[in-house]
Amino acid sequence: MANTWSTPGDVGVDLAAAGYLSDARIAQVVFLADRLDKPILAEGPAGVGKTALALALAEATGRKLVRLQCYEGLDEAKALYEWDYHKQLLRLQADEGAAWGDLEGDIFSEPFLLERPLLAAIRSREPVVLLIDEVDRVEVETEALLLEVLDSFQVTIPELGTIEAASQPIVVLTSNNTRELSEALKRRCLYLYVPYPSIERERSILNARVPALPEVLSEKVARTVSTIRDVPLRKAPSVSETIDWARTLLALGIEDLDDTATAETLHVLLKYRTDIEKVAKELSLDLGDDG
Amino acid sequence: MLTSLTEFVDELRTMGIPVSMVEVLDAASAIEHTDLVDPENLKATLGATLIKNARHYPAFEATFDVYFGLAAPSNPAESDGGVSSEAGGGGGGGESGEGAEMLEALVDALLGGDRDRLRNLVNQAITAYAGMQPGRPVGGRYYTYRVLRRIDTDELLARLLAALAPSQPGGAIDQRIHRDEAEAMVQAVRDELEQQITARLVEDRGASQVAASRRLPLIEDVDLMHATRAEIAEVEKAVAPLARKLATRLAQRRRHGRKGRLDVRRTIRRSLGHGGVLLEPQFKAPRRSKPEIVVLCDLSGSMATFARFTMQLTYAIASELSKVRVFGFIDGLDEVTDFFGSNVDFAEGLIAMSRGADLVRADGHSDYGRSLQEMWEKYGDVITPRTSVMITGDARNNYRDSGERYLDRIAERSRATFWLNPEPRRYWDTGDSIMSRYAGVCDVVEQVRTLRQLEEFVEQAALPTVRRPRIAS
Repeated sequence: MANTWSTPGDVGVDLAAAGYLSDARIAQVVFLADRLDKPILAEGPAGVGKTALALALAEATGRKLVRLQCYEGLDEAKALYEWDYHKQLLRLQADEGAAWGDLEGDIFSEPFLLERPLLAAIRSREPVVLLIDEVDRVEVETEALLLEVLDSFQVTIPELGTIEAASQPIVVLTSNNTRELSEALKRRCLYLYVPYPSIERERSILNARVPALPEVLSEKVARTVSTIRDVPLRKAPSVSETIDWARTLLALGIEDLDDTATAETLHVLLKYRTDIEKVAKELSLDLGDDG
Repeated sequence: MLTSLTEFVDELRTMGIPVSMVEVLDAASAIEHTDLVDPENLKATLGATLIKNARHYPAFEATFDVYFGLAAPSNPAESDGGVSSEAGGGGGGGESGEGAEMLEALVDALLGGDRDRLRNLVNQAITAYAGMQPGRPVGGRYYTYRVLRRIDTDELLARLLAALAPSQPGGAIDQRIHRDEAEAMVQAVRDELEQQITARLVEDRGASQVAASRRLPLIEDVDLMHATRAEIAEVEKAVAPLARKLATRLAQRRRHGRKGRLDVRRTIRRSLGHGGVLLEPQFKAPRRSKPEIVVLCDLSGSMATFARFTMQLTYAIASELSKVRVFGFIDGLDEVTDFFGSNVDFAEGLIAMSRGADLVRADGHSDYGRSLQEMWEKYGDVITPRTSVMITGDARNNYRDSGERYLDRIAERSRATFWLNPEPRRYWDTGDSIMSRYAGVCDVVEQVRTLRQLEEFVEQAALPTVRRPRIAS
């Protein structure tokens, strides 16, 4: 049990100090993860700050961040560890004629081990936050590789034995839900669904991230984005796109977000032509003659 | 606490949400670290430990409110310039003047963001209007309806709008934002109302009975043939991950055995760097066989709702795999692939397809025989041993020629042929359904009328092993 915080409220305060505005639910789940030593599986649409949560956790707790970016085709050698066989070969050649028994123990030892993120997180002397990003991208078979680590925070290397975590890492997995994760993986985690933020929360995020933005404008930006997200789109605007939009408005010196200003800057928020047209139609905006 | 937790879990399981033993234990130990004063904390705790799929969250929340929601305020709330009518009776007493006062007070509370006052007002409204009687076997929806009949929500919306909108008319966006805001406030009243009525019912009958009476099917169990629009919207959200899974399934052979045969020449050459020790075997790049999918979709009137769903699925698959060709048919067949190109919005594609596709030859009633014949004769060369053919339809052929021989040829040439029938299995082969004649030549025939069944199909189908052994003809 790590006991980093004494109440969920403290979690919220610490995260806010690290630049991440959480809500009561997120704070509660992070608090539980800390108390129960369980990984957090954060799932939700792209761009709602799942990865940012892990970064903020690292900053708030002063832990080192170890990040494993998942991709299709990620395997043991890239995620856990690998033997540096070029180095092993050189070692063998340098000592030609030595007895095999001596060499064997030698070449399968620490100096010949290449550490990959999972092993690095386990062996790290300083406490870490382990971020396993976009876990839905790996194949189902590769998911199994994570189970031992998530279960007991240990890694088994046949030649060296089982290595246990020096200190209990905080583990955050993120998923964009492009694929259903296996039951086995989900069972081991605390599930945190991160939806698009509420209007109030998005407004506070805007105030924190774009402090120069007038209050009236941030309120209006948040409300407009929330309305746009209700339109069925190919790619709904993410929080980072909202922030980009707010910055654009600021840079253009727009003080009132009226219909013309919105129509002219909509492309910052939406990335597909069809989406822009759809939103314009839904909000009865005139896009002008550029289309 | 432990008793209500196990009862709660039982209810979740009855609804079809999978909750494992380990997860219940996790929940129990997590509760020790939860401040139980605010139910929201408990909801977060139970949500994180018991629910592992965002799709199940709404059902979880509704059930949570029944079991652990705020208790009903026990003493009748003080009057708040709203209604002064007594509890009980048929809820008949209210004059129209009282209703107006209540409306005024609600507008006030909503605009001021005063949650406690709202709660109080709703409590009064229920006492005055709902006419709840203990032990009466009536669902919560009936009481909600009775209260809403007295609180005029249209009028409430209009007043909120008038209060929110600035005096001078704003632009289109301003209007839209204000409307959304006002609608959200009215929704807040409805939610509060439902929550409090639920709480009162629970007090009266106990949680498990209320939960059972309010049980709604999970989105994966919704009948796709008769789904409401709201349900379809939810289903469509869940389709994308599933389509991805199906696409990966079908593409599995492509990834399997990433390495090809040993490349002797490159292995020897590579070994020179290690003094001739054959250390790293080199492999030839495997020949990639790209999976191809051909979808035949019955678009006749009886299949309308389901067809929309299959097209959505197909649309999602097409964004995963490059070689997908879609054919629609009624009593004629036409290729509709191009209506759903990569840059086309799905809804617009549907409209364009209904205008542009040439699917009717005679009377616009399904004719599988003619459609299959046209498929074979016009597009037979589309199908190769790498093609998986997926047919969706109810096999109701209006007593016409089955055209089974054409399907047999299609199946013969394809990698595998699947038939998804949205009708319940017990109706197959009744009336003009000739499912079993087609089933004889397909590799897999499944009843798919819910997302869950589709998921099961994706799990088991599309594996190379399901291929039916064919007798050489």
